[in-house]
This record gives sequence, structure tokens and C-alpha cells, in this order.
Amino acid sequence: MSTALLTDLTIFILALLVGIEVIGKVPATLHTPLMSATNAIHGIVLVGALLIGVTAHNVVGYIIAFVAAIFASANVVGGYVVTGRMLKMFRRKAPEPQPEVESLNGHKGLRGLADKIGIGRTGS
Amino acid sequence: MSGFTGYIQLVYVLTAALFVVGLHLMNSPATARRGNQVALTGMVIAVIATFILMIHAGTVTTTGWIVLLTGGLIGSAIGLYAARSVQMTAMPQLVSAFNSVGGGAAALVAIYGYYDAESRGGGVLGTTTVFTVLDVLIGSVTFSGSIIAAGKLQGFIPSQPLIFKGSRLINIGLAVVAVGTGAFLFSTASLPAMLVLVLAALAFGVMMVLPIGGADMPVVISLLNAFTGTAVAMAGFVIGNWALIVAGALVGASGGILTKLMADAMNRSLANIIVGGFGTGDSAVAVAAAADAHVRSIAADDAAIQLAYASKVIIVPGYGLAAAQAQHGVAELASLLEDRGIEVSYAIHPVAGRMPGHMNVLLAEANVPYPLLKEMDEINPEFARTDVALVIGANDVTNPAARRPGNEISGMPILDVDQAKSIIVVKRSMGHGYAGLENELYYDPKTSMYFADAKKAMAELTAAVKTLVG
Repeated sequence: MSTALLTDLTIFILALLVGIEVIGKVPATLHTPLMSATNAIHGIVLVGALLIGVTAHNVVGYIIAFVAAIFASANVVGGYVVTGRMLKMFRRKAPEPQPEVESLNGHKGLRGLADKIGIGRTGS
Repeated sequence: MSGFTGYIQLVYVLTAALFVVGLHLMNSPATARRGNQVALTGMVIAVIATFILMIHAGTVTTTGWIVLLTGGLIGSAIGLYAARSVQMTAMPQLVSAFNSVGGGAAALVAIYGYYDAESRGGGVLGTTTVFTVLDVLIGSVTFSGSIIAAGKLQGFIPSQPLIFKGSRLINIGLAVVAVGTGAFLFSTASLPAMLVLVLAALAFGVMMVLPIGGADMPVVISLLNAFTGTAVAMAGFVIGNWALIVAGALVGASGGILTKLMADAMNRSLANIIVGGFGTGDSAVAVAAAADAHVRSIAADDAAIQLAYASKVIIVPGYGLAAAQAQHGVAELASLLEDRGIEVSYAIHPVAGRMPGHMNVLLAEANVPYPLLKEMDEINPEFARTDVALVIGANDVTNPAARRPGNEISGMPILDVDQAKSIIVVKRSMGHGYAGLENELYYDPKTSMYFADAKKAMAELTAAVKTLVG
């Protein structure tokens, strides 16, 4: 058994144990975002897909690289975006029912206020 | 390892560390978003390092760059569109789709590695072959299996278990072919054999998921998630990349834990789920006691009175709630009750949705604050001091028959809804749950059945409570 292989195996097993330890603490409420976050993380296979390009010099190589790049990048981008979208919805308290109060500070809020009292540029 | 690639490998170690920290931050909803960003940082660093490595190697052809960048852009666009447009009810399909492409990409990395080595005439590459074979095998099974799972969830493949005569024989046959070819590859370098391995593994993935029913999807998705992780780790072994090995191991651990949690929540072994069981037609033995008991039905006004004058209400949502798109209606009713000073919480069974934690996301989307979402072990002791348990679209997970031996769901952990002082069940009809079992809860003298579509029922209840107290 080569040193490289031994190192790789050691890393794999330790990472597996770290994974069990860390994931075990994630509450059930977050299991869907967790799965989607790990989804994004296994998109790291994009690195493998890109490295195909280092030796790919014929049609077969290019096709495999192309398909792998599509798969992996869809995995990475989609995984992160959808996880972020989900986590944004988790709130400790229900959102404030009076948006007017909040809208007094902030550019977007001011415009909303302007619209409301009829001095907005759009006039709607 | 030369100096330069050594430094790049160090960057990959940093990436791996950021992944671990990111996942660690997911242990609380308050820090989870930061966790996702930390992991994303790790990913960006890894991709930049990889580009530097590729430029340094100087062997990537112009065509190669065009192919990779075009592919990357197309994939990113698809991923972005899917992530932005997906409905939260369709999350399981999307996760399945990402499992599929992740597994597919991992398999392609190994397939290319093999093809490249073979075309150089170097023959088999010693120990690398073990991981190559495992990567191709697991990656391909995940790729096709996840497509079938997504199809079942989306509804373009029937969600009931598809079992035909001899399907198990075909499965065994495919497994033998795949493993046999894999073993053959250890001793002989052969591209056609690799192709046979890929095809057999793809077919096996399809055959593995087809016989699994809709209710078992939380387990299947978790399992396929673990598979993808493992495939990516194997790809890491193939190309000697630590970031892939660590990331794959983390995902494998996560998928494995979730698979076990889901299987435990249904009190079924993994083997039992894979082989198929629920709803296959040969198991619909009704509970005898149910036949002579009768059911009490209730109208909106009476249900509203019970709710409005309660001091503690627990809402028990099931997938039927999401199917009827009633999440927002429930949240509205709940906040109305809370405004009256009633203590409202939600009891979430681990398999309430179509994937682990699915129901929590659906309720979070409906603006339900996450501290109100209680896990089974946390909420079960509270039912005894609850005035009204409002069950919406949940069935088997509330059936007290699970506490007795000798039926389909015996031993399955359930929500102790029957301990509440009174129970209102919102349900369209007296139909059975996935286990094909009569729910004894419905015949409990404390239970009133409110027969209506969940969305309509929530609107009616909210209106009735408003007239009552307004």
C-alpha cells in the first residue's frame, strides 16, 4: 500500500467521523436545508470535472468534460442558491405585521412610502 | 508532490475545513445561513485554486477551455433557474436531481480517468482501480436511481411501488453483472467492460428505486444523498484530491445519518424498504376493532369553539397539508389563536414530509416561527396537557395501533395525539394512510372528524373563529 493511498484513506475515515459528529448536532428542523447544503458541497466534484480538461485532447475527452462540467456546476450553483433561499425563511419571530414603520428607514422603504402617499415617480 | 501542487493541495485542505465549519454552523437556524456562506467560500476558493492549477499545468487546450467554461455556464444557469423557481413542496425532487447530477459527474470523473489511462496503454493502475470501479458503480446507480426518485416525486413516474414478475431476478442479475465486470477490470484493462459496468449500474439504479413507494421517499432520498457523497469521495481517491475526499465523506456521513433517522422513524429496516413492502396490495389487513365503532363528525362552528376556548393547541401537520397547499391557511389560523393568548405549537413527525425536515421548511415558508416547530420527542409529553390537537393531513404517524404488536406499523414511533383532551382531525374522507390501515384515533370518543379539504377547512375554521371572537 502506497503512502499516498494510506494518507487518502486516513483523511477519508477521519472526515467521516468528523461528519458524523458535526451532522449529528443539526436539529431536525434544518434537515432539509442540511441535505441541500450537503448537496451543494458534493458539487466539489466540479474540481474533478475541471481537471479532466488537463488531459482531455480528443472528442471523447471533451464530451465527458462538457457533460461533467454541466452536471457539477448545476449541482454547486443550484445547491447553494436553494439552501440560501430556504434558510432565509427560517425566522425566530413572525414577520412584523406593520411594514410602514419599518419602511421609514432605507431607500426602498422611502420609495414605498412615496408611492403610498402619491408622490412617487411612478405615480402608481 | 512538487512544491506548487503541494500548495494547491493545501488550499483544498482549507476548503475542506471551511466545509466542516459551514456544516457545524448549521446546528442552529440562527447561524445556518452563515454556515451556507462559509461553505460557499470554501467552494469558490477550491474552484479558483483549480483554475490556477490548470493554467500552471499549461496543457488545457483552447477547445478544452471552451468546453469546460461553456459547460460550466450552462450548468450554472440551469442550477440557478431551478433553485430560484422551485416550489418548496418540490424540494425533494430538486434535491434528488442534484444528487443525480452530482453522482453522474463523479462517475464521469472516474470513467474519464479510466479512459485516459487506458488510451495511454498503461494498463490497469494498481490500487486506483478499486476506487475507479466503486466510483463508477455508485455514481451510476445514484445517477439513474435519483432520476427515477425525482420522477416519482414529480409524478411523471407512478409513485406506487412498481414490481413485476421476475424483477428481483433481474436485480440480482444486474448486480452480478456489475460486480463481476468490476472484478474483471481489476485484472484486465478493457473499455468495453467499463461500458458494461456503467450500463449495468445505471439499470440497477432504475430497478432499485422503481419498487419503492411514495411514503418511503424520505429514506430513499437520504440514501441516494449518502451514495452521491460516497461517489464523490471515491472520485477524490481516483484523482488524489483531498477536498473531494473530505467533502464526499461529510456528505456520506450526513446522508447515512439521515437515512437511519428516517428508517427508524418508520420502524423499518433499510433492506425492508429497498425490497418493498408498504402498499404492495398483499398487506391490507384492517384492524378488526374498527368495524363496529363509529365516527363523530364535526362542523366548522363547533370546531372553532373548541379551538377558540382552548388554552393549549397542538397542530399536527402531515403531507396531506402540503398536498392541499394549506400551509398558509394553517399559519393564519394559528396566529389568530395566538393573538387570543392561546399557546400554539406544531408537532412534526420525522417523516411528515417527503424528505427529512420537509414539513419544517413548508411551515417556515408560511411564516411560522421556527421555535414553534417541535420534534416528536420534545412534544409527545405535552399532549397530555393539551386541550385540542388539530390533526391535518397526517394519518399513520398518529395511529395508536403502532403501540400494539401484530400490525403493519407496530413499533413505529408515533405522535401521542390520543393523549390530548380532545382531537380534531381534518381529513377529506375515511381513506387509509400508506400502511393501508384503519386509524384507531378516528374512533376515539375524544376525536371529532372534520371532513373537508385541508385548505378549505383552514379558511372555514379561521372565518368561524373570527366571527366567534370578533
